[in-house]
Amino acid sequence: MPHSAAASASTVFSAHEITKIYGMGEVQVQALRGVSLELRESEFLVLLGPSGSGKSTLLNILGGLDVPTSGTVTYRGQNLTTASERDLTYYRRKHVGFVFQFYNLIPSLTARENVALVTDIVDKPMAPEDALRLVNLQERLDHFPSQLSGGEQQRVAIARAVAKRPDVLLCDEPTGALDIATGILVLEAIQQVNEELGTTTAVITHNAAVAGMADRVVSLSDGRIVSDSVNERKVKAGDLNW
Amino acid sequence: MRTQRPLKKPSSQGSLRSALFVFFAFSAPLDRKLLRDLWALKGQALAISLVIGAGVAMFIMYLSTFASLRLTQATYYERYRFADVFAGLTRAPLPLRERIAEIPGVARAEARVVVDVTLDVPGLREPASGRLIGIEIPRVPMLNDLFLRNGRYPEPGHSDEVVVSEAFAIARDLVPGDSIGAVINGRRRDLDIVGLALSPEYIYSIRPGELVPDDARFGIFWMDGRSLAAAFDMEGGFNHVSLALSRGASESDVIARLDRLLARYGGLGALPRSLQTSHWYLDNELRQLQSVGLILPIVFLLVAAFLLNVVLTRIVSVQREQIAALKALGYTNGELSWHYGKLSLLIGAAGGALGVAGGAGLGSGMTSLYNNFFRFPTLQYFLPLNVVIGGVLVSFAASGLGALNAVRRVAALPPAEAMRPEPPARYRRSWIERAGLARFLSAPVRMILRNVGRHPVRAATSVSGIAAAVSMLILGTFFLDSIGVLMDQQFFVIQRQDVTVNFVLPASARSFHEISRLPGVLYAEPTRAVPARLRSTHRSRIVSIQGLVPDPQLNRVVDVNGGPMRLPPGGLVLSLKLAEVLGAAVGDEILVEILDGRRRVQPVPVAGIVEEYMGTSAYMEIDALRRVAGEGDSLTGAFLQVDGAAAGTLYDRLKDIPAVAGVGLKRTAIESFNKTLADTFYVMIFFNLLFSSVIAGGVVYNAARVSLSERTRELASLRVLGFTRGEISFILLGELAVVTLIAIPVGMVTGYAFAGLLVAAFNTELYRFPLIVTPRTFAYAAASVLVAALLSGLAVRRRLDHLDLVAVLKTRE
Repeated sequence: MPHSAAASASTVFSAHEITKIYGMGEVQVQALRGVSLELRESEFLVLLGPSGSGKSTLLNILGGLDVPTSGTVTYRGQNLTTASERDLTYYRRKHVGFVFQFYNLIPSLTARENVALVTDIVDKPMAPEDALRLVNLQERLDHFPSQLSGGEQQRVAIARAVAKRPDVLLCDEPTGALDIATGILVLEAIQQVNEELGTTTAVITHNAAVAGMADRVVSLSDGRIVSDSVNERKVKAGDLNW
Repeated sequence: MRTQRPLKKPSSQGSLRSALFVFFAFSAPLDRKLLRDLWALKGQALAISLVIGAGVAMFIMYLSTFASLRLTQATYYERYRFADVFAGLTRAPLPLRERIAEIPGVARAEARVVVDVTLDVPGLREPASGRLIGIEIPRVPMLNDLFLRNGRYPEPGHSDEVVVSEAFAIARDLVPGDSIGAVINGRRRDLDIVGLALSPEYIYSIRPGELVPDDARFGIFWMDGRSLAAAFDMEGGFNHVSLALSRGASESDVIARLDRLLARYGGLGALPRSLQTSHWYLDNELRQLQSVGLILPIVFLLVAAFLLNVVLTRIVSVQREQIAALKALGYTNGELSWHYGKLSLLIGAAGGALGVAGGAGLGSGMTSLYNNFFRFPTLQYFLPLNVVIGGVLVSFAASGLGALNAVRRVAALPPAEAMRPEPPARYRRSWIERAGLARFLSAPVRMILRNVGRHPVRAATSVSGIAAAVSMLILGTFFLDSIGVLMDQQFFVIQRQDVTVNFVLPASARSFHEISRLPGVLYAEPTRAVPARLRSTHRSRIVSIQGLVPDPQLNRVVDVNGGPMRLPPGGLVLSLKLAEVLGAAVGDEILVEILDGRRRVQPVPVAGIVEEYMGTSAYMEIDALRRVAGEGDSLTGAFLQVDGAAAGTLYDRLKDIPAVAGVGLKRTAIESFNKTLADTFYVMIFFNLLFSSVIAGGVVYNAARVSLSERTRELASLRVLGFTRGEISFILLGELAVVTLIAIPVGMVTGYAFAGLLVAAFNTELYRFPLIVTPRTFAYAAASVLVAALLSGLAVRRRLDHLDLVAVLKTRE
C-alpha cells in the first residue's frame, strides 16, 4: 500500500528559527537567516531555490552534517542542535540516507562495494545487490564509478543511501549534474523509495519542474523561506515537464 | 568476473560490533579501498617503505651484530676463564703467588712469564714481534685458557715447542710442523709450531705502541713456562699475574692490595679487565656498534615519518569529499582515522619486514666481517627476538608518527564543509614580486614563486626532507674525510720516522749510537718511555709517558693548531682525551707515580695539552722525564729515518740485535691501518651510502609526485589554454628545483651538525674522529641529490606528457 503524507502523521523534523553563518575563504556567508520548518513522516518534500539560497545548508543541518549557528532542530524529539559530534555520527549512521549532487562515490570501490560500505556498518540492512536492483543496476554490480555514466553513478549513490533502510532520505541536487533523461531515471528511483519504503524524503533542487512530484514544496531565497505549499496533485517523475 | 563476497549477516549488537570494528578494522569495502589506494600509490609507498626498511635494517644490523658479539664475548670469557685483573712487573719470586692468592676477593691467582721478542719470519725481510707466554706443561686448566684450533700442546721436555696464535699463523701461512726464528735473550732460537690457538686475552691482538692490529707482524706464542723462565733468567720467578675475582669482590680494593704487594718487585700497576688492551678495544667497538645502531636509524625513521606525513596529508586532501561522504554515511571519526592510519601502518609494516629481513642478512654478513677482525673460537650470528621486536616497533613508531597529522585532519574535517567545493587557495604576491621585481618575472615563474610561498610550512618540510637526504649523504661519507685527516696527522705529521725500534730493557746512550750508525739509518732520535700512573684527584690512568728530544724532528708532538710543538723543558704534555679522563687542565699538578726503576712519586705540572686522534698519550721532554724517574741517560727506543735502498740490510741487522724487542715500520703500519679500515669502515660507509641514496631518491620522488597530484588540474588547464608540455613541466619542476636548491645548503649545515653528533658518539679513549667534511664530500652530496631530483623530475615529467586533458577538466576536485 503506497504511503502518502497525512496531516495526522507524526513530525519527523522540526526546525525553529535556525540561522547559519560560516566563513568561506576570507568571506563570511550568512546562509540561513531564521528558518522554521516541520517535516512529517513519509512526506516527500522538495526544497526549491536559486543557488546560494541556503537549501544545502538547511539539508546539511537536518542530516546532522552541520549544526546551526542559532535556533534548534529536533529529529523525532531528539535535539540535533546540542548533540555531540559522536551522537550526530550515530544519528546519520542509523537514520539518514544521503544523496549528493556529485554522487560522492568512493572511486576505488565498485558499485557493490560502495553500497556494502554502508550495509557493513548498520543493523538490518538490505543486501547490496537488492539495493542496486531497486535502482535497476543489477547488471552493473562490479563496475567501478569511472566505468559508470553519471546517472548510473547517482543511482548507485541512491542505492547506497537506501540500503540501510534509512528513516529519512536527503538528496542535494541529485539531478544537478545530469541530463534530463538520466535525471528522470534518478528521480524515479527516489520516488520509488519514498513510496515503497515510506522513507521521509527531502530533495533539493533549483529546477522548479521537479516540484511537481512532491507532497510539499518549500522555496528558499537568501536564507529565508519565501513559500511553503502542499501539492494538490502529485505527478510521477516520468511525467515531469522540464 | 569478480568473485562475490559472501554477505555478512546483519548483527543486532551494533555497538559492540562497531567497537570491535574499530579494533580489528573489519570492513571489507573500506579495506579494499585501502588496498586500492595503496596500489595507486605504489611508487611512493615503495619509496617510503625502502626508507623505513633502510632504517630498520641498520637498526637490526648493528644491534644484532652487537648482541651476537656480546654473547660470544661473554660465553668465551666464561668458558675460557678470562681473568679480571692483570698486572705486569719486573720479576718476583714464585712464592709471592700464594700471598697474592690470599688477597680477600681473589678467587684464583696465576703467575707466569711473558716476554716480547723479535721474530725472524720466513719470507719477511723486516723483523716481526712475538710475545712469548709461559704456560703449565703438561697442560692444566688455567685463567685466559687456550682454545686449541688444531695441533697439540707442547710436550714436556720439548722446550722449543710452541702453540701460536691463529691470526698470526693464518697471516703468515704457518701450520704445525713449521718453525720460526726468535731472538731469545740474545740468542737466536727456532720455535717449533705444534698447535694453533686462541685466547680470550688476545681476541684483538695489538702490538704495544701500535694503533691497529697487524696480524702478519705480531704473534703470540704459548710455551712451557719453565723453559721460558730459564731462557730469560727468570727461574723460580714470574713477571705477570692474572687474577680471577670472587663474586662481589671489590676490584679496586684487590688492585690496591696487589699493587702494594708488587711494588717492590717492579709492579707496573695492575689493570682491571676494563682496561685490558684486547677487552678495551672489543668493548669500545661494541659500544660504537650500539650507538651507531641507535643514532643512524633515528635519522632514517624521522625522514620516513616526514615523507609519510606529506603523502598522507595529500591523500586526505585529495579524498576530502570521500571522507565527507563516508562521514555523512555514518562512519565515525575513529573508523576513518584508523582507515588512514592503517595505510601508514601497512607501509611501515612493509618497511619493517623488509628491514628485518635485510637487517638480518646484513647483520650476518657484518658478523662474519668481525670474524676476520676479532678472534673468537666461534662467532655465531644470532638475531635476538627483542631486536626484531624493537625494529618492528620502531617501524610502527615511524609510520604512526607519520600518520598523526593526516589522521588528525581526517577527524577534524567537518562533513558539511567538505561537501562544499574547496575555496580557492589563498595566494599572495611573493616577496620577490613585492620587492618590485615582478616585471622581470614571467607568469610561470610567478606561479612557481607563489606556489612555494603559498604553503610555507609545506615548502619548509619539503626542504627539510631533501635536506635530510643531503645530510645523510654527508653523514654516510664524511668518515672518509675524517679518516684521511686522521691518517695524515698520524703518519705524516706525527710519525715522520720510517722505523721505530724498542728495546727489551732500558738501554744506555751507547746502544743509541750503535743503532744510529747502522747501515741505512739517515737520522735517529732517542726516546725513553716510562710506565707511570697519573693521578689527578680521584682519577687515575696508567700510561707510558713518552720522553722525546726537546724539538723532535721524527716522532713529533702536534699542538692544537696542527703544527709541531716544542716540548716545554719541564712538565707533562697530555693528549686532550687523557686530560679529559683525568679532569686536568694546563697548570694543574698531576701526581706521577713511576712504575719502574726507583718508582719515584712526585707531582708534575701539566704544561700543555695536544689534540690527538688516537689513544691517550702523555709526553715529556726526555731529560725532564729522566729527572722525574731519577735516572741517567737511559732510553727505551729510537726513531729512525731510513734510506729506502738500504732498508733490507738494516732489517737484517736489527733482527740480530739482542737488545731489540720490537721494530715498527711506518709502511706496514699504514698498510695494516688501511686493511683494518677496509675490513670495517669501508663496509659500513658503503651501507650508509646505499641507505642515504634511498633517502635522497625517496624524498625527491615523493615531493615531485605530491606536487604533481596537487597541480594536475591546474597544469591540464594550462595545456588546454595552449601551454606546451615543456612550459608546464617548467612550472611543476621549477618548484621542485627551487625547493631542492634551497634544501642543499640547509642539508649541508645539518649534515655537518649530524656529523658532529656522530663524531661525539665515536669519541672514545681508543680513538676520536676529527670533524672534517671536505668540499668534495659536500659537492658529492649535493650532486647526488641533484641527480636524484633530476631522475624523479623526469619520472614525473613522463606522467605530465600523458595528462588526459578532458578527463582532468571534467572531474571536480
